[in-house]
Amino acid sequence: MAQVMLRAPLSELCGGRHHAIAGATVREVLRGLEREHPPIAGWVLDEQGRIREHVNVFVNGTHGEEGTPVADADRVHVLPAITGG
Amino acid sequence: MTELLVGTKKGMFRLEGDGDGFEITARAFAGQSVEYAMRDPRSGRYLASVTSWFYGPKIWITDDPTGEWEQAEGATLPEGDEKSVERLWVIVPGAADGQLYAGGDPGPLFESRDGGASWELNRGLWDHPTRGDWSPGNGGLCLHTIAPWPGDPSKLLVAISAVGVWLSDDGGASWHHSNTGIEPDYVPEESRDNPIQHCVHDVRRAPLRPERLFMQFHGGVYRSDNAGESWIDIGDGLPSDFGFPIVVDPADPDSAYVIPLIGAEDRTPPDGAMRVWETRDAGATWQARGDGLPDKAYLTILREAFDSAGEGAGLELYFGATSGEVFGSADAGANWRQVADHLPPVYSVRTA
Repeated sequence: MAQVMLRAPLSELCGGRHHAIAGATVREVLRGLEREHPPIAGWVLDEQGRIREHVNVFVNGTHGEEGTPVADADRVHVLPAITGG
Repeated sequence: MTELLVGTKKGMFRLEGDGDGFEITARAFAGQSVEYAMRDPRSGRYLASVTSWFYGPKIWITDDPTGEWEQAEGATLPEGDEKSVERLWVIVPGAADGQLYAGGDPGPLFESRDGGASWELNRGLWDHPTRGDWSPGNGGLCLHTIAPWPGDPSKLLVAISAVGVWLSDDGGASWHHSNTGIEPDYVPEESRDNPIQHCVHDVRRAPLRPERLFMQFHGGVYRSDNAGESWIDIGDGLPSDFGFPIVVDPADPDSAYVIPLIGAEDRTPPDGAMRVWETRDAGATWQARGDGLPDKAYLTILREAFDSAGEGAGLELYFGATSGEVFGSADAGANWRQVADHLPPVYSVRTA
């Protein structure tokens, strides 16, 4: 299971900051998160399964994309993009 | 007491007031773009289209704008289509009970039959064989105007920038474009017979005579007397034929109000004089209505930022600017005053 870590407002939609989710790629993990917590559907992935432009996903601290592999116990952080100057 | 719902770049504001002034009585979605907020007069429910910079566009509903909002379901495009919804620009009550429509970018029309809790894409328009030829305007490929026919759910008009007007006579199952008479002078003359390149900015229907519609075009003001099948230029007499919103007096099918701006690159009032222009003879003549409006104000008024309440001599008019002011008139435009200022850039104003 990947260890998915969220911040508000995503954590509020999922009922907590930490979630253990199965999946072999970032997209599979995020889709798994949507299945377990339907209110987050459409927030991180758009309807085409793409990570939204201003959301960053990190796997063990490295920036990841939809197809980035995820192994058991990997840490998947979902964060809003930095928007300052 | 009049209730105004103001969608801004940083949240929705509810203003309540009367001739003695308005005050902010609710704010929701702080920090997020609220493209549109309205109250369904049939249910009393509030609906807002909100775009988070991070998490995309959503429709939210509530019975109390000072309390919790609930996310609606289904206002998305089909998986595998490649496109995603970018913005939801407008929400309009339909003619049937519990029916609402929403439109957005990149051109989808959504329908709800449960008062806004869930939405479904209108496939008749989305799957139209011309969609591959639709081109966006400056604000994107936005379906922004939805004009139901009072009492008849089978008839519907929508408009998309920069595509044009679409009509349905079967409740949205099938559609045909209807831009006859509109002159898109931003393309070469030899190209103007292309029926789907029309940058319609706004259309309003006259409730007492539903076959009559008024249109603010990218360059021109038009009227239709045949339910949108063809259009007549009525822009003579205006200081500029560019602008975004158009409003009608529900009691007078010969009335329309526009806010001319120098177009298309400047988008501020001619000579900086903020004026609303009125016709009461279906566009034959126009009169400036500006007592109380600033004479030097380089404001921009967006498409959804102008609305009315009431009718006749008591017609109330309200518009908001991207510089954060909201102006109002309680006497059909004869006299105006500022009802709010220092708001974030105003995207929409709707009376409730």
